[in-house]
Amino acid sequence: MLQVLERGRIRRAPPVTPSRTMADLLQRVAASGDVEAFRKLFQTYAPRVKSYMMRQGTDPNTAEELAQETLLTVWRKAGLYSGEKGSATTWIFTIARNLRIDRLRREVAWQPLPEDHNEKASDDPAPDEELSDRERRDRVQAILGELPQDQSEVVMLSYIEGLSHSEIAERLGLPLGTVKSRMRLAYQKIRDGLEDLR
Amino acid sequence: MTIQHHPDIASLMSCAAGSQPEAIAAVVSAHLAMCPECRREICCMEKIGVALFASLAPAPLSCRAPVVAARAREADRDVAQCLVAQGDVPAPLAPVLGACLDGIPWKRLFPGVWQHRVRLSACASGDLRLFKIAPGTKLPEHRHNGEEMTLILRGSYHDKLGTFRTGDIADLDDAVEHGPIADEVEGCICLVAVEGKVRYKGLIARLLQPILGV
Repeated sequence: MLQVLERGRIRRAPPVTPSRTMADLLQRVAASGDVEAFRKLFQTYAPRVKSYMMRQGTDPNTAEELAQETLLTVWRKAGLYSGEKGSATTWIFTIARNLRIDRLRREVAWQPLPEDHNEKASDDPAPDEELSDRERRDRVQAILGELPQDQSEVVMLSYIEGLSHSEIAERLGLPLGTVKSRMRLAYQKIRDGLEDLR
Repeated sequence: MTIQHHPDIASLMSCAAGSQPEAIAAVVSAHLAMCPECRREICCMEKIGVALFASLAPAPLSCRAPVVAARAREADRDVAQCLVAQGDVPAPLAPVLGACLDGIPWKRLFPGVWQHRVRLSACASGDLRLFKIAPGTKLPEHRHNGEEMTLILRGSYHDKLGTFRTGDIADLDDAVEHGPIADEVEGCICLVAVEGKVRYKGLIARLLQPILGV
């Protein structure tokens, strides 16, 4: 479940493997097919992807196969990754999410944004982008941890269990409009909380 | 192109979560290709999924990392991502519709209205159709059921909610009853997604009712 962070705690203790390192590993895979770098990425991300897939209601074996496939896609597509477009975690999660739609729902994963999408007009390299992406994620985690239970519940069901609004409404026995308004309320808080980092 | 009407915030979130029914996700993706404002919004919404993903407890693996061969490390860029729309079809739709709306094999539904069904995955429960409405044609008053989304691809229509032009989204819920009128000069081509087929048949029946007198 979500790690609840106390308000006012600006930054968490540094992660065991800093995010920057993950992006470096990904770039090593892209540049030279570095098998050792890939192994490290696999050890870090495959267990999380497996966990994510299991939250979709798949059995552990299928979840593990999907985790393997996600990381193999990372290996194949590493050349498309650019650190300027967000953290390694963001990129790998997008691949896992699309694979989930393709394999578990057997639907086309219409991409909200292409993987090579970049909204910034500037061509300047942005060395801090990775760091600020991490900072934003920490902030989002903190806000999510403070949401009222009825709001965090619909957000989890949508983002992690992959349910549509109608499915959430059915699961919780709520009108569709209530599900949508709880989603909107949750987002408003996150948006406000990120205002100074945008 | 100034876009006035956007998807509901909750609809964008569901798209960012990758949890939207396929047909509706297709419409939202096409709108995103046309709307920088919603693209910025969805970037922010995607962070929610990443934050939740990063805080999941890892599930121990029973296998080790697969053996990878350098030869296999070729970017297999999706065809869809390489396509840059040349015509008036938004890039995400070009693989299924072609580049230009003039090439669509329309089927006449009733006088002044043509449709083209867009094929979805076998498991998708929704329905995705293009409609072409002749200039000045007024559709009978009707109500929408549940999740339904319309994107204007060419021309415009107006109803009591306002004027919907190219790039605009009508994200209507079942409380709204409207009778859209296609633009008197250009007519209107729009992409309509609904969550379930059954509901949609109901809509067609209601649209046909005053015309067929059944």
